[in-house]
Amino acid sequence: MTAELLEKKPTASANKRKRSGKEQFWLIFRYASLTFIWFLIVMPIYVLVVNSLKGVKDVYLVNAFDLPKSLDFSAWPVSWSGGDYFSAFSLGESMSRTLFFVVQSSIISAIIGSINGYVFAKWKFPGSNIVFTLFLFGMFIPYQAVMIPLVQLVTNMGINKSIYVLVMAHVIYGIPICTLIFRNYYASIPDELIEAGLVDKASRVRIYTSIILPLSLPAFVVVLIWQFTSAWNDFLFAIFLTGGSPKLSVATTTLNFITGSSNQVFYGLNMTASLIVSLPTLIVYIFLGRYFLRGLLSGSLKG
Amino acid sequence: MALQTSKRVSTWIGGFLFVVPSIAAVAIFVYGMIAWTVRISMTDRISASIKEPKFVGLQNYTNLLSDTRFTHAFENLVKFTFVFIVGTTIAGFIMALLLEKGIKGEGFFRSFYLYPLAISFIAMGTVWNWLLNSNVDADAGGLNLLLQKVGLGFLQNSWYLSENGAAYALALPAIWQMAGYVLALFLAGFRGIPDDLREAARVDGASESKIYRYVLFPQLTPTLFTVLIILGHVSMKVFDLIIGINGKSYVTQVVAVYMWESTFDQRNYAKGTAIAVVLLLLIALIIIPYLRWVIKQENENR
Repeated sequence: MTAELLEKKPTASANKRKRSGKEQFWLIFRYASLTFIWFLIVMPIYVLVVNSLKGVKDVYLVNAFDLPKSLDFSAWPVSWSGGDYFSAFSLGESMSRTLFFVVQSSIISAIIGSINGYVFAKWKFPGSNIVFTLFLFGMFIPYQAVMIPLVQLVTNMGINKSIYVLVMAHVIYGIPICTLIFRNYYASIPDELIEAGLVDKASRVRIYTSIILPLSLPAFVVVLIWQFTSAWNDFLFAIFLTGGSPKLSVATTTLNFITGSSNQVFYGLNMTASLIVSLPTLIVYIFLGRYFLRGLLSGSLKG
Repeated sequence: MALQTSKRVSTWIGGFLFVVPSIAAVAIFVYGMIAWTVRISMTDRISASIKEPKFVGLQNYTNLLSDTRFTHAFENLVKFTFVFIVGTTIAGFIMALLLEKGIKGEGFFRSFYLYPLAISFIAMGTVWNWLLNSNVDADAGGLNLLLQKVGLGFLQNSWYLSENGAAYALALPAIWQMAGYVLALFLAGFRGIPDDLREAARVDGASESKIYRYVLFPQLTPTLFTVLIILGHVSMKVFDLIIGINGKSYVTQVVAVYMWESTFDQRNYAKGTAIAVVLLLLIALIIIPYLRWVIKQENENR
């Protein structure tokens, strides 16, 4: 609901008329303010970009805002492969490993979410609303409240250095939000469609696979993007469940890059590494921002 | 309603079986783990060497009250939360106000205003660490340099290294990231108000400012409520933002960071779980009424 409202353009009755001087003033004022805010919001990413183009060593705080004197891409391959500066970590390796597990957990989450969403929206069982509410609460909990037993569990099982622990964690703790997104999406599908199927003696499962599923693409995109972004950006599970192992997940690798990498800090490399790890989610956002926004708004339960 | 659950088991049992795995997963990994956390928090497992922890009741919780590091972290969290909520709400509301009537280029501005939400805070930690650098005047970089350039040099300060302002300073990057969220909620709120309301007020001769004041703003009260709850619970969980910018340094420690330190550096699971439970209770305090409110609304709209 909320996401659709954003696209609704207000009726332009006031804009059609010839603008009075006062209205002209407010229009200029609005553009000036919007541009000012734009600069504030873009500034941090601008600093990242310009400083990633200054090479490895020519990066100093005092000229943080200056454009590079000449374009120097040398920090990019070094950050990517680790090189002589960070023999212990290669961002490239950790990014491909993270990509692998993030994609897996997103796909599993979407499938589970779709099935759950269908049941909670169209195939209710006694008490399903209460169960759904209990799911929702699970969406808001601080994961610290489950983390220590979880750490004990994976350590006792000897799987605390495995990437699959993170897949499991993102799938399980993603169940509430994925169920919610699909459930709200399916709730908007008219009941008549289902009833027509039932009249034709189709089973509930059949109705799901042949009526509901083909309509589900938008919800799948929303959930896949949401799970992808949150798992990619996740730091909490990565740091607790892998014991902060710098090689396993991209968030912990980045942190090691920034803090504990070597005695000498090369800001050029830090900036470049930060930019590189942000690129996957940024690219997804650039191309599918609208779907990302829907996932985001459903997190407020107002989606 | 035709799809109302009927009493006959055969009609719903199939669906139920499909969600049983998820119900089990949530029951075990959300509620079970919470129960287990609570259990550990009532034992004396204060270091890795204690193999058979004994029950000590609420002692770990009362210890927190006299633990100055915890009260310090809690105080930081309160300061951070205050600036973060007020700043983000105002920033997001202003952005929505500027955009709500529709303006050429809205899509462009909106996309940029929302992009910080897609980026991880660990990644942005480096750059915010720079922007909030404490050097002033000739050595300045980051925001202090920017302030000098626009003639506001007197506003330069040591940001997250300042003695009392550290927690406030870290609210700045948090506002930068979350303002877009508030913008989206308020913008949707504005656009959800029926146009007739505005038109009717206009016909009655109300001035634009009066229309906002008396017609539009009151309609946004539920949105404001949502915004405050969401920001409040995000704020209490704040963790990677702090770690990304300033690690676990004492000055900027909040409750979640102290929990991490107790768990990992001190291996004090009893303390770690007690802090986690406090965090959970704080969040439950605002989220449970919110859930009830949302569900009540949903039922009324049906």
